[in-house]
Amino acid sequence: MTSNQVLSDVEYNVVGKRPVRPDGVDKVTGRAQYGADTQLTGTLWAKVLRSPHPHARIKSINTSKAEALTGVRAVLTAKDLPFASLSKEALGGEYASLKFASDHMLASDKVLFKGHPVAAVAAVNGHVAESALALIEVEYEVLESVIDVREAMKDGAVLVHEDLRTNDMGEMSSKPSNIATHMSYSLGDIAKGFAEADLVLEREYTTATVHQGYIEPHNSTSFWNSDGQVNIWTSTQGSFQVRATTANVLRLPVSKVKVTPMEIGGGFGGKITAYLDAITALLSKKTGHPVKAAMSRTEVFEASGPAPASWMRVKIGVKNNGKMTAVETEMAMDAGAYPGSPVMQAIVCAFACYDVENGKVDGYDVVVNKPKTAAYRAPGSPQAAFAVESLIDEICLQLKLDPIEFRLLNAAKEGTRRIEGLVARRIGLIECLEAARDHDHYKSKTNGGNTGRGVACGYWPNRGFQSSVVMTVNFDGTIGLLMGSVDIGGTRASIAQQTAETLGIAYEDVKPTVVDTDSIGYTFITGGSRTSFATGIAAINAAEDVMAQMVSRAAKIWDTEEDNVEYVNGMISHKSDEELKFSFKDLARQLATTGGTISGRSNVDPTGEGNGYAVHVVDVVVDPETGKTDVTRYTAVQDAGKAVHPSYVEGQMQGGAVQGIGWALNEEYFFDQTGKMMNPTFLDYRMPTTLDLPMIDTVIVEVANPGHPYGVRGVGEAAIVPPMAAIANAVSRATGNRMHSLPMTPGKILEAGWENGK
Amino acid sequence: MATIFIPSMLRPLTGGVRQVECEARNVRQVIEFLDELYPGIKDRLVEDGEIRENLAVAIDGDVAIMGMLEKVGENSEVHFVPAIGGGR
Repeated sequence: MTSNQVLSDVEYNVVGKRPVRPDGVDKVTGRAQYGADTQLTGTLWAKVLRSPHPHARIKSINTSKAEALTGVRAVLTAKDLPFASLSKEALGGEYASLKFASDHMLASDKVLFKGHPVAAVAAVNGHVAESALALIEVEYEVLESVIDVREAMKDGAVLVHEDLRTNDMGEMSSKPSNIATHMSYSLGDIAKGFAEADLVLEREYTTATVHQGYIEPHNSTSFWNSDGQVNIWTSTQGSFQVRATTANVLRLPVSKVKVTPMEIGGGFGGKITAYLDAITALLSKKTGHPVKAAMSRTEVFEASGPAPASWMRVKIGVKNNGKMTAVETEMAMDAGAYPGSPVMQAIVCAFACYDVENGKVDGYDVVVNKPKTAAYRAPGSPQAAFAVESLIDEICLQLKLDPIEFRLLNAAKEGTRRIEGLVARRIGLIECLEAARDHDHYKSKTNGGNTGRGVACGYWPNRGFQSSVVMTVNFDGTIGLLMGSVDIGGTRASIAQQTAETLGIAYEDVKPTVVDTDSIGYTFITGGSRTSFATGIAAINAAEDVMAQMVSRAAKIWDTEEDNVEYVNGMISHKSDEELKFSFKDLARQLATTGGTISGRSNVDPTGEGNGYAVHVVDVVVDPETGKTDVTRYTAVQDAGKAVHPSYVEGQMQGGAVQGIGWALNEEYFFDQTGKMMNPTFLDYRMPTTLDLPMIDTVIVEVANPGHPYGVRGVGEAAIVPPMAAIANAVSRATGNRMHSLPMTPGKILEAGWENGK
Repeated sequence: MATIFIPSMLRPLTGGVRQVECEARNVRQVIEFLDELYPGIKDRLVEDGEIRENLAVAIDGDVAIMGMLEKVGENSEVHFVPAIGGGR
C-alpha cells in the first residue's frame, strides 16, 4: 500500500483538490488522437535513410534508382533544404546556428552519428518507401570517430566539426576543438576554504548515455498547401518550437506554418527538438500530398536526443562537525554531434542544496560522434547530484554523521548565495529534509546484512518563460479555456483549477483546450517545470480580466459606477445594495443582451518561479552472489509550493523515482568502439518494469512560492535529481563498496567487490 | 548604487575586481559602464547588440526577460549567469 502525504497549511476551494482530468476518458478509452492517428486523404508515407557510420564524409548521393521505383513520389536530400549559413540565428534556443539545425535534420557534407538522416523518401505506403531507401546509393568516406567525452577533450582528438572553437565566455579559442563551451564560476576563497577543512575528499564519477524512454515514437504529418501554407500535426512538447524550427530551416515566415500539437505519449524533454517536421513538410511540397512519418523504436534510440554521458570530478572540504568549508567541481558532458549539452545547468545545480561560502564550478560542453543530446527532466542536474551527493555520503560515513543531519547543517535556505552568485529566496529544502527525517521510513531500522539505505537531495531551479491564455465566458456560465501549453503531466487540469479558483466557480465549468499555433499567442514549451506556474499565472490574469469585465457589465445593468460593484467568490454584488447581486452563471445569461460575450486574455513572461527541492530515501538489498540490486522501499519528498492537483504531483514524484531507478541500475547505451549503439530496442535497453519496483511513498511539502498567487512551484523535474545518488549511496552502504559510475549493473557491483576484496 | 558581480572568467579583464558599484538605469548602461572601466568586457558579454546566447543577466535574482533593456534598481544586484533554458 502506498503512503501519500500532503503537508499543507493553506486550503483553497479548487486548487489542492483532486478532480477528474478533462482528457481522462479519451485516454483510457483509446479515443485520444495522437500524432500517428492523423490520417488525411491521399497521405503518403515517408521513411528516412540514416547513416550506418558514426562519422563519415558524404562523397555522393545517387537517388535515381529510388526515384524510379513504382510508388515513390519524391526523394529528399540536404540539397533540397535552403542554404544554411554559419551565421548565428536563434532557433528557439535549441541550436547554435542555422547550419547545425539544418544539418541535424538532413546531413549535407558529413554524417556525425549513426542514425544521422541522409535522405528521405515519400511513397504510397511505408513498404515502398522502405524499399526505396535500399535503392539510394550513398558513397561515404568513413572517418575515425570519438565517442568518449574525455577523449574528445584531448588535444589532437578527432574533430567532430573542423571549425568549432571553444567559447570561453565570449572569448573564442585559437584552435578548433570539440569543447564547444567552457564556463566557470567561483565564490569566496576556495584555497582558504579547503585549508580550513579537517577532511577533504576528491573523487571522479561517470554516467552513461540514457534515453527518456517515452512510449510514443516521434511522428509528424505535414501538408504544404498550394497557397504556401504549411500545416503540421505532430507529437511535441512545444508547438511554437516546432513552428520556429521548421520556419527557420525552410526559410518561411512563421505565419506560413501552423503546428497542431497532438496528444503526446511522453516526452520528458525529448520531444522538444523537431526531427521530422521539416522533412515531411518539404516532401509534401514536392508531392502535393500530405506526408506522414513515424520513427521506429530503433530510430528513436539512435537518432533522437538522449541524455548525455558525463565525467565529473568533485572535491569537498568539511570540518569534523560536518560543516562544509569549500566545494569544487569540474563537469564535462557530451553534447552529441552538435553543441548544447546541459552541463551549464549541471554546474548551477551541483551545489545548490548547500550553503557554503567557498566554491568553484567549471563546465565543459563537448561534441562527440553520438546523437545530439536533448533535455531529460532537470537536464544536467541528476548527473551532478549523483557525483556531489555520493561524495557527501562518503564524508558522512567517514565522519560518522547522520546523512540527513549533515544536510540540515549545511542546507541552503532563504538568503544563501549560490556559487553563480544568485541568492535563494524562500525555499523548502529544510522542510523537505525534516519531513524525510521524521518519516516512518527513515525512522525504521534497516535489516543489516546485504541491505543499505541511501539518502540524497536534489535541486532544479524551475522556469517561467512566455505563456498565453484566452478564456471565453459562455452564456450558460461555463468557460472555454484556450492555451498553447501542450498537456503532458495533467496541466489541462491544473490550469483549469487555477482558473476556477480565481473565478470562484466550479472546476467542471471550465473546459480547457490545447490549441494550435494560429489560435493563441506565443507559448514556450511544456518543460522546465514551468507550465502550472507560468501558464497558471496567465490563466489567473485572464480570469481577472474576465472578472473586471463582469463587474463592468453588472455596473452597466445596475446603472452605477464600477467602483460600486465587487466580485467575491464567484458572486458579483452591489456594494451598497444587498438586493443587487448576480451569481457568475446568472450574469453570464445576461451577456448576450447587454453587449455580447466576454473574453479574457493574458500573455505573460513571469519571473519568480520558485526553486524546487526534493529529498529521497531508498532501501536496497544487493545479492552478493549475482550483484543484482533490488529496491525494497522508496520515499520521495518534494516541495511543491502548493500542489494544484496532488495526485499529479505524486505522479511526477513517483515517475521521477522510477526513471531514476532505471538510470541508476540498468539503463545505458552500449556503443561499440566506433560509436554504433548496440542495444537500440526495449528488449536490450533495460528499463524498469513493475516487477522491478516497490510502491513509491510520497510526501508533498508545501512551502509557498511568493512568486505565484497560490504559491505554486514547478514539480516535474526535481523528482528525478536525487534517485541515482540515493540508490548509489544505498548500494555502497549495503556492499561496503563505493560506486562511482552509472549504471550500477550487477557486473559493476561484483567488480567493485572483487577490487576491494569484499 | 547597483552592485555588478563580475564572473570569475572575466576577472582577468578587471584585474581581479569581483564587484563594481554602478549608477545605471538598465542593463545596457551597466555594460557600457563596465566597458569604459574595463575595455573589452562588453565583447565578452554582448554579441550583435544582445547578451550572448549562452548567458543571461539576472537582476536581484530574476533572469532579465528584457535583456539589455531590463531596468536596474538603485540597490540592485546584477549577475551574468549561464542561460538555462527549459529544463523540459
